Amino acid sequence: MDIPYTVAARPDTGLNNGKIAIWLFLASEVMLFGALFASYVMLRVGAPSWPAGATYLNVPLATLNTVVLISSSVTMVLAWASLVRNDFGRFRLFLGITILCGLVFLVVKYFEYSAKFHHGYLPATNTFLAIYFTLTGLHGLHVIGGMAVNSWLWGPGSAMWRKDPVHFTNRVENAGLFWHLVDLVWIFLFPVLYLL
Amino acid sequence: MAPETATAHPAGDAHHEELGFWWKYVFSTDHKTIGIQYAVTGLLFLFFGFSLMMLMRWQLAYPGQALPLLGGLFGDKRMPGGVMLPEFYNELGAMHGTIMVFLGVVPLAVGGFGNFVLPLQIGAPDMAFPRINMASYWCYFVGGVVMLASFFAPGGAAQSGWTSYAPLSNLATSGQSWWLFGMVFLITSSLLGSINFIVTTIQLRAPGLGFFRLPFFVWSQLVTSFLLLLAFPPLEAAAFLQLMDRHAGTSFFMPSGLVVSGQAVAATGGGNPLLWQHLFWFLAHPEVYVLILPALGIVAEIVANNTRKPLFGYRSMVYSVVFLGFMSFIVWAHHMFITGMGTTMATFFQATTMIISIPSVVVLTALIISLWGGSIRYTTPMLFALGFLPMFGIGGLTGLPLGLAATDIHLHDTYYVIGHFHYVVAPGTIFGLFAGVYYWFPKATGRAMNETLGRLHFWGSIVFMNVIFMPFFLMGLAGVSRRLYDGGASYAHAQHVLQWNVVSSIGAWCLALAQIPFIVNFFWSAFRGRRVEANPWEATTLEWAAPSPPPHGNFLTLPEAHRGPYEYSVPGAKKDYLPQWEPQGA
Repeated sequence: MDIPYTVAARPDTGLNNGKIAIWLFLASEVMLFGALFASYVMLRVGAPSWPAGATYLNVPLATLNTVVLISSSVTMVLAWASLVRNDFGRFRLFLGITILCGLVFLVVKYFEYSAKFHHGYLPATNTFLAIYFTLTGLHGLHVIGGMAVNSWLWGPGSAMWRKDPVHFTNRVENAGLFWHLVDLVWIFLFPVLYLL
Repeated sequence: MAPETATAHPAGDAHHEELGFWWKYVFSTDHKTIGIQYAVTGLLFLFFGFSLMMLMRWQLAYPGQALPLLGGLFGDKRMPGGVMLPEFYNELGAMHGTIMVFLGVVPLAVGGFGNFVLPLQIGAPDMAFPRINMASYWCYFVGGVVMLASFFAPGGAAQSGWTSYAPLSNLATSGQSWWLFGMVFLITSSLLGSINFIVTTIQLRAPGLGFFRLPFFVWSQLVTSFLLLLAFPPLEAAAFLQLMDRHAGTSFFMPSGLVVSGQAVAATGGGNPLLWQHLFWFLAHPEVYVLILPALGIVAEIVANNTRKPLFGYRSMVYSVVFLGFMSFIVWAHHMFITGMGTTMATFFQATTMIISIPSVVVLTALIISLWGGSIRYTTPMLFALGFLPMFGIGGLTGLPLGLAATDIHLHDTYYVIGHFHYVVAPGTIFGLFAGVYYWFPKATGRAMNETLGRLHFWGSIVFMNVIFMPFFLMGLAGVSRRLYDGGASYAHAQHVLQWNVVSSIGAWCLALAQIPFIVNFFWSAFRGRRVEANPWEATTLEWAAPSPPPHGNFLTLPEAHRGPYEYSVPGAKKDYLPQWEPQGA
């Protein structure tokens, strides 16, 4: 028994099953982070005073991380485009760079976190740091999740390329959509936490 | 077609492999097995949640008296000498609500009926993502185990109500953290399930089955799935924030200067307890429609089938249910009228609340008008469906005074509220679910349930449901708070309605007795019930084209839809129903 439209698009909807599923998943992710951003607004509006992000946070490091993450989104698209052009070697190269960018982001984040802990800035210190650690922590988990999926597609999962290249390309595209969301969330987090 | 031949030759038998017991029944990816797993687990949790309430009803009817026979079983930390401690009462209350909503009704209505019926009704071989479907069930199962295990946590299970209002829940014992972890699993489960339902409905419809040929049940599940997909993540966010509050020392929900029992609480403060309420009700109001819509869908199927008439206003019902789903996202703060919100906000939310009552009334009215002029067959599923209509009506209409800020100020947090939402969910939704069990049992097992036992179950249930819940309105109007450990015995204004506590409690215990025919019927009929063919109710929707029980892959030949879902009593036709899958017209 085969499930219809796992690879090919259904003619009247023009989409395959996985494409709809990933967009629905992204919608729920938007609601998750949307709720957290709304919480941020509510806490900040209710606070008698709110520290500028730079009081506690390292803006240059975060700028570096923003550049790294945006670059990784570009290489993610290039990885998918290489598959469309039937160039598996370049796919591996670009997806590899994407994964490395994710790793760089996490390492920088690790140094940021340890600097905070070193200064005694903890989630319990004040509401600003509380929401900072919660939002960036949850975002960090998403980075790790995206890297896990990408690593699988780079390594063992890529065996599918030889058997069913269209299906594999779809998977890479869907993983890319998730990776762009992770990137997009950071693009909101960076100004909200560091600059405003 | 005879059921014996149907079951002996499953679809696609050229590639059919015998699966071992574990893969066939436990770690199955077949939507029907998963549906039955969900349904049976959900029914067990409903019974467990009901048992918690039966214990509470003793304390409410006879406060401070030792519970006979069973009282000694719960130990000195919960019921010393058989007398219930307030902490244990709070545990029971919080877990009754949590279990009934998140582990009982939703898994049965969405996980059970949705999984089993929806792919069949759209003529699909399975769900779009069978393995994700299995993962959804097992996330639910783990969430359920975590919730049950929390009773054994130090200090017992969560005690802050099913709403877990902060800062009370922030300061509660470790059971609250178990509750939050359990919720994260349940939210993951419903996320996986809802994505699966939406993709399946959009992509796997049989040829010819356009959106306006979908049975109303499929529409109700589709809207429900969107609610689960988009409303649950904010509660997940709230769960993360509360876990941070409880374990990382943050103060998202802790106000500055909080004093508990004369002691200043050691927290940085600066948080907002109302933030929890907003995040919680942003989920929990759509959740109300998650509870009711699948039941409306089931009732619509059964009403059309047993009146032998098309549904009245099928398209209006579909438009209503979609509009209702949309509106359910902007009514949540009507649960918070007494939190000190400004009159502008209160006006907005009471206006949206009045607006959302319109589509609900459209659907209910369409179902009632559908009865008009029908030659009604009083089968057991139809009895439950007919019982659902007025009970849901009472539940809905008593909600109006709660949706208006002025009247809500008096009624808020009283037994009136409990009466209102129990009428919606207990004799409302649960009657719809019972109707569904009796209606689709022949499809799932190939055997019919016993009608006599079914009638006994119905009449016992409808009488005692009303004996339990009707007094709540009287007590609520007298101002009795919903969270009193002694049922109001120590309050002067409650004295003249206290006797209703006893009536209600006796009703609850009798309701338990009224479920015995159902339990007997369920198991007896599964093995000994009358064998039935593929379409015993002479119904029109596609699930009845499959053999009973449907084999792996569902249909012997892929069905095609030739007409709308409810072509009953078409003038000039040879029989009084025209199934969607039969090509020949009238």
